[in-house]
Amino acid sequence: MSDVRSGDSAIRKAGWAAKYALWIIRWRWAVIAVSILLTLGAGFGGQFLSFSTDYRVFFSKENPQLQAFESLQRVFNKEDNISLVLQPKNGDVFQADMLAAIRNLTEESWQVPFATRVDSISNFQNSTAEEDDLIVDDLVPAESPLDAADLQRIRAAAMTEPLLRDRIISPDARTTMVNITITLPQKELTEVPEAMAHVDGLVADFRADNPNITLAITGSVALNNSFSVSAQNDMQTLIPLMYGVLLLVMAVLLRSISGTFATLLVIAFSAMTAMGLAGWLGIQLTPPSVTAPTIILTLAIADSVHVLISMFHGMRRGMSKRDALVESLRVNFQPVFLTSLTTMIGFMSLNFSDAPPFRDLGNITAMGVGAAWFFSIAFLPALMAVLPVRIKPREEHESVAMERLAEFVIRRRGPIMIGTLALVAGLVAFIPKIELNDQFVKYFDKSIQFRNDTDWATDNLSGIYQAQWSIPAAESGGISDPDYLRRLEDFTQFLRARGEVVHVLTLTDIFKRLNKNMHGDDPDWYKLPDERDLAAQYLLLFEMSLPFGLDLNNQVNVDKSAVRVIATLENITTNELRALDEEASAWLQDHFPSAAETRASGPFVMFAYIAKRNIEGMLTGTFFAFLLISATLTIALRSMKLGAISLAPNLVPAAMAFGIWGLTVGEVGMASSVVTATSLGIIVDATVHFLSKYRRARVERGEDAEDAVRYAFSTVGTALWVTTAILVAGFAVLSLSTFKINGSMGMLTAITLVMAIIIDFLLLPAMLLFLDGRRKDRDAGQAPIAQAAE
Amino acid sequence: MGKLQRILALAVLAISPVLQSAYAETPQEKGRAIAEETDRRDLGWGDSDVVMSMILRNAEGESSVRELRLRSLEVPERGVGDKSITVFDKPRDIEGTAFLSHTKILDPDDQWLYLPALKRVKRISSKNKSGPFVGSEFAYEDLVSQEVDRYDYTWLRDENCGEAAPTMECFVVERTPLYEHSGYTKQVSWVDKQDYQPRKTEFYDRKDALLKTLLQLDYKQYQGQYWRTHRMDMTNHQTGKSTTLTFEDYSFKVGLSEGDFEKNRLKRVR
Repeated sequence: MSDVRSGDSAIRKAGWAAKYALWIIRWRWAVIAVSILLTLGAGFGGQFLSFSTDYRVFFSKENPQLQAFESLQRVFNKEDNISLVLQPKNGDVFQADMLAAIRNLTEESWQVPFATRVDSISNFQNSTAEEDDLIVDDLVPAESPLDAADLQRIRAAAMTEPLLRDRIISPDARTTMVNITITLPQKELTEVPEAMAHVDGLVADFRADNPNITLAITGSVALNNSFSVSAQNDMQTLIPLMYGVLLLVMAVLLRSISGTFATLLVIAFSAMTAMGLAGWLGIQLTPPSVTAPTIILTLAIADSVHVLISMFHGMRRGMSKRDALVESLRVNFQPVFLTSLTTMIGFMSLNFSDAPPFRDLGNITAMGVGAAWFFSIAFLPALMAVLPVRIKPREEHESVAMERLAEFVIRRRGPIMIGTLALVAGLVAFIPKIELNDQFVKYFDKSIQFRNDTDWATDNLSGIYQAQWSIPAAESGGISDPDYLRRLEDFTQFLRARGEVVHVLTLTDIFKRLNKNMHGDDPDWYKLPDERDLAAQYLLLFEMSLPFGLDLNNQVNVDKSAVRVIATLENITTNELRALDEEASAWLQDHFPSAAETRASGPFVMFAYIAKRNIEGMLTGTFFAFLLISATLTIALRSMKLGAISLAPNLVPAAMAFGIWGLTVGEVGMASSVVTATSLGIIVDATVHFLSKYRRARVERGEDAEDAVRYAFSTVGTALWVTTAILVAGFAVLSLSTFKINGSMGMLTAITLVMAIIIDFLLLPAMLLFLDGRRKDRDAGQAPIAQAAE
Repeated sequence: MGKLQRILALAVLAISPVLQSAYAETPQEKGRAIAEETDRRDLGWGDSDVVMSMILRNAEGESSVRELRLRSLEVPERGVGDKSITVFDKPRDIEGTAFLSHTKILDPDDQWLYLPALKRVKRISSKNKSGPFVGSEFAYEDLVSQEVDRYDYTWLRDENCGEAAPTMECFVVERTPLYEHSGYTKQVSWVDKQDYQPRKTEFYDRKDALLKTLLQLDYKQYQGQYWRTHRMDMTNHQTGKSTTLTFEDYSFKVGLSEGDFEKNRLKRVR
C-alpha cells in the first residue's frame, strides 16, 4: 500500500474516463442520433399521459381513512357533489322569481351526467298533515302560485326546518343552494370533466336568464375538476417560465450560444424522456407530479453546467476544444454519476409516501435525473464536439472571492463552528411551531375559480368541509328503537353544541316531524316516537311517499341498522377536525354502546390524517435514502471518516429550513413530508463535490487539511454557489404554482438549498479542519493512505 | 287506436305469425301489439294471493330480508287498473302494516297505508310512485300491474332473450311512460315470443342513463294459462345495490272481491 498505488488507480480510472471521452468524440454523430432516437422513443409515450380528476388519487389503497370511507359509501351511497350556491343581488331567497328560478334549475340539474339526486329548497320533501292524511310534496311544487301567502308558507317551513336551515338556506335567508349528488362510476377520466362541462353550460344559461342572481359552483366534483385544471395551468405556465429562467441563467453563466443550445437540448430531452416514460408506464398526472418536468429541468441543468464550465475553464487556460472536453469528462465523470445517483435515491424514496402522486413525482423525477445523466455524459459532449465553440483565453477572477472565503474559514474556524451550530440550534427550536394543515380548498390559489367560489359559498352559506359518522344500532332494524333514537338525538345535540359545526343532517329530525304530522301537525308532538313499532311504521309510510332520487337510502342502510349523520363544518383546520373526531369518538364510547367504535369519515377526514400518514411513511423513506446516500458517499470517498463528517451538512439544512418555516409561515401540509428526502438527494451533491476535491487534495496532492480546504474552495466553490443559485431559482419557480402543496414544496426545498450552501461553505470546512486536521503535524500524508485503504 | 282496429290487430296476431310479419305495421304498432298480446293472455285470472320475500343488498355485501303477502284483484274494465293489498310480515316492527292500492291508468294511484302501531289508516299522496318500495331497488311503479295504456311502445328488434331465458327468442320493445311523475324516461323490455312474458327489463333514468336491470326468472304456469315469475332480480347499476324478490306458489281465485279492497277493510287484514 502506498501513495503510488493509490495514484495508479486514480490514473487508471482517469484513463478509462479519458478513453470514454475520446470514444464519444469519435462516434459523435452516432451518439447524437441514438440520443435523439431514444428521446423520441420514450417521448412517444407522452400521448398516454392523462390528468387525474379525482381527489382520491392522494390516498393509497391501503389508507385506512380511505378504506373506511369507501366502505361507508358502499353501505349508503357513493356520493360526490356539485353545489350551486345562489344569492339574489337584492332581498332574500323568498321572492317569486327567485324561487321559480331555483325550481327550474333544480329540474334541469337532474340532467347532469351521473346525477343521482338533486336537493334544493324547491324539491325538499315537506310532510304535512291534512285531516287524517300525510301529505308529502315538494316544498315549492310546480303548481305553486308563489303569491304572498304561498311565499309566507314556504319561508315559514324552510326557515324552521332543521334539514334545510344552515345547509340549504342561510339563517339570514339570503343564500341557498341546489346540491347535485353525483355518483361517479369511476371508470373513465372523462366523467368529472363531462359532468362539470354540463354544469358549466347550465350555469351559463342560468346566469344569462337571471342576471340578478349570484351563483357559485363548489362541491367535491368541482374539487376533483380543479386538480386537473390546476395541473394543466401549472404545465402551461411553470414549464415555459422554467425554460425562461434557465435560459437566462445559462446565458449569464456560460456566455456561449452553442453551450446554451446544447444544455437546452439536454434538459429538454431529459424532461421529454421522463414524461414519455411516465406515459408508457401509465402514470396519471396530478398537481404534484406535473412539477416533475420543472424539477427535472432544474436538476438536469446542473450536470451540463458542470461539464461545460470545466470545458470552458480548460479552453480559457489555452487548451484546445477537444482536449478541454476530454479533460472535463475525465474530472466530471465520477461526480456527475454520483450526484445523479444520490438525487435518484432521494427521489425514489418518495415511494415510501402514502400519497401515490408523490410516488409518481419521485419516480418520474428519478427517471428524468437518470436521463439527464446519460444525456450529459454522452449527448452533450458529442454535440459540443460538433458545435463551434469560441472561448477566448483569459484570466478568471471568480476564485479570488472563494479564496478569501477559504482563508476566512481557516482563520476563524472556532467562532464559525460555534456560530453555525448556534444558528442551527436556534432555527431547529422553531420546528415545533409548524402546524400541519391540509384544508384542501386552500391547496388552490385564487386564480382557480373553485377556490373563490368555495370561499364565497363558505362565507355566505355553509362550507364544503364535512365529517360523517355511520352510527350502527345493536340489531337489524334497530334504528327504530327508542333507545337508539334518543342516543342519536343526544349525539346530534353534542355535535350541534360545538362551535365549529354549522349543520347536522340526522334522521331524528325526520322522525320528529313525522310524529308531529301524524298528530295533526301539533307542535307539541315534535318529538321522537317512543315505540319501536311506531317509529318503524312512520319510516315505512314516509319512504312510501318519497319520489325518485329523494329516498332515505343515503341516510339509512338497507338493514335499517345504521344511520348516517353528516356534520357540515366551519372553515376549520385539519388539526381542529382531528380534535372533533377524537372528542366525538370519546363521546360515542361513553354514551353510545352500539356505536362505541365509530370514527368520523369522509374526504375532509381523509385529508386531516394525510400529512401525518405521509410523514410516517416518509420517515422510513428518508431514513433509507439517508442510509443509502451516506453509504454511497462513504464508498465514493473511500473514507468512513469523510462519510461520517458528511452526515452533518446533509441532514442539518432540512432541519434549518423547517425551523425557518416554523418561524415565518408556520403552517404546512402534506408537502412537508417529502421535502427532507428529495432535498437530501440534491444537497448531497454539493457535499460530494466539496469532499471529493478535498480528498483529491489530501490523497493525490498530499496536502494538509487547510490546504485541502483551500483547494476545494478554489476548484468547486464557484461551481457550487452557481449550481445552488440555479436550483434555488428552479424551486422558487415552483412556488408560483396554483397548487399550494407544490408551492410549499418548492419554497421549502429552495430554503433547504440555501441553508445547504451556507453549511457547506462554513460548517463543513470548519468540521474538516477540526476533525480531519488534528493529525496533520503528527502523521501528515499517512491519514490519506489509511483512508484510501478502507 | 280504435276498438275495431285493436280487435283486428289481435285477430291477425292470433291467426298466424306469418300473416303478422306480412302485415305492414310500424314499429310503434308492433310494439303495442306485443303488449296487447301479453295482456290478452293474462285476462281472466280473477284474484290471487301470494307470499313474497324480498332480499335487499348493498354494495358492501350487507343484506336484509323483508317478508310480505300480496293479494291482487283483477279489474276487467280496461280503463280501470287492478287493485292490490300488500301486508308486511317481517321485520317484526312493521308486522301487520298493510298497503292498499287502486291502480289508475294515467292518474296518480289511490294509496292507503294502515299503521297497526297507530291503529290508523293514512292516505298517501302518491304522485310519487317512483320512489323505492320499502327501501328496495324496486320502485312502486315497477311492481304495480302493467296496464297496457300506461305506455307508448316501440318495437326495436328481435333477439335471443339473453341471461334470463337463454333458450328463447324475444321481442325487444321500448316503452315510454305516459303517466306523470315517473322516475324513468323509458324502459326496454325483452318479451319472449312463445309465452309473451317479460324476461328482462332495463330502466333508464331522467337523463336517459341506464339505471337498473330487472330479470324475471322461474316462470310457472297456473291453471293452464297464467304465467307468473317466481323470482325478480333488480340491480341498480348506479349504486351497486340490488334486490331479489321471490314468490312462493300463487293461489288463484281465492274468493276475493271488491269489498276486500276497501280502505276501511285494511285494519282487519291479517
